[in-house]
Amino acid sequence: MTALRLGIGLAIIFAASYALAQGAADKRRSGTQDMSDALQKMQEDDAANPGMLFVQLGGQLWGKATGAAGKSCADCHGDGTSMKGVAVRYPAIPKDADAPVDLEGRINLCRTANQQADSFPPESRELLALAAYVAHQSRGLPIAPPDDPRLVAFRARGQDLWKARQGQLNLSCAICHDDNAGRKLAGVAIPEAHPTGYPIYRLEWQTLGSLKRRLRNCLAGIRAETYADGAPEYVMLDLFLMDRARGMMLESPGVRP
Amino acid sequence: MSNVLVNAPKTAKRGSSVEIKALILHPMETGFRPGPNGRIIPRNIIERFTATWNGTEIFDMEMSLAIAANPFVSFFAVVSESGTVGLRWTGDEGFVVEEQIAIAVE
Repeated sequence: MTALRLGIGLAIIFAASYALAQGAADKRRSGTQDMSDALQKMQEDDAANPGMLFVQLGGQLWGKATGAAGKSCADCHGDGTSMKGVAVRYPAIPKDADAPVDLEGRINLCRTANQQADSFPPESRELLALAAYVAHQSRGLPIAPPDDPRLVAFRARGQDLWKARQGQLNLSCAICHDDNAGRKLAGVAIPEAHPTGYPIYRLEWQTLGSLKRRLRNCLAGIRAETYADGAPEYVMLDLFLMDRARGMMLESPGVRP
Repeated sequence: MSNVLVNAPKTAKRGSSVEIKALILHPMETGFRPGPNGRIIPRNIIERFTATWNGTEIFDMEMSLAIAANPFVSFFAVVSESGTVGLRWTGDEGFVVEEQIAIAVE
């Protein structure tokens, strides 16, 4: 009996220390941790986070019937809580398709196929608001990309894009965000680029923006040609980044300087 | 459809000071920026924000061009009796948004 208890006790200690070691081994940092205290408080306070205005707007749009079908999102999906856990597994391959779409792409698919309405233009306020509303339902959940074998090739292509030097400055994403993350670029800390808070409210933009906008921002920064609207490269990079951030907590809507 | 987030404690002790926070969705367009077609985007800002306590004005703020989009305002007020805080934003293009929030004295 005593031996059994000792065994169980030891097992618990091993399990605990293993978990602790795993926690300590994860040195990944969300961009939030590199922000000033004031900005971190702004993100945490739902009454001060401007992204919450878009979540509120998204909630209003969620219940609004639209398109030739005269259906609202809520007519099929119920209230927003049914979207819990959705944002942490996108991009994914929709039913009857062979290429992955990101969360905004999925919303537009629902609009054109089920609501029979026009798709929202990229970066439009409505699209971002709905994406923020859906992503907000998963706030606090760990990022969990699906284990769909069809995604492997797209993810690998995303990784290639991440590592490829491009633009007049001949830089790759990895040079800044893997090799030099945490160091300074023009006085600003280089983040590790984990997509934990999208869509983000960026103070510089004075509005909500998608990961695609952020990627375009970086591409323009290294003086590379940005991908066209709706280009598959954005989704591939999104896939790779979400996998790279696997297990990290979703914070949407994030605030960034 | 107006989008406002107002935050204040639902209850407060008589004579105590409470913080009232208000955030509103608004582009605060300066009127100096050219749009994608090269034409100047007309000015569209919130000009005034006022707060009343049971109808009496307690806070008044004039907003100007340099204020960023989606302005956030936070102010303190001493609670003397149970009542309603009325918030009102007015601006260009006939923009009027009103919001109310009740605070009860314990």
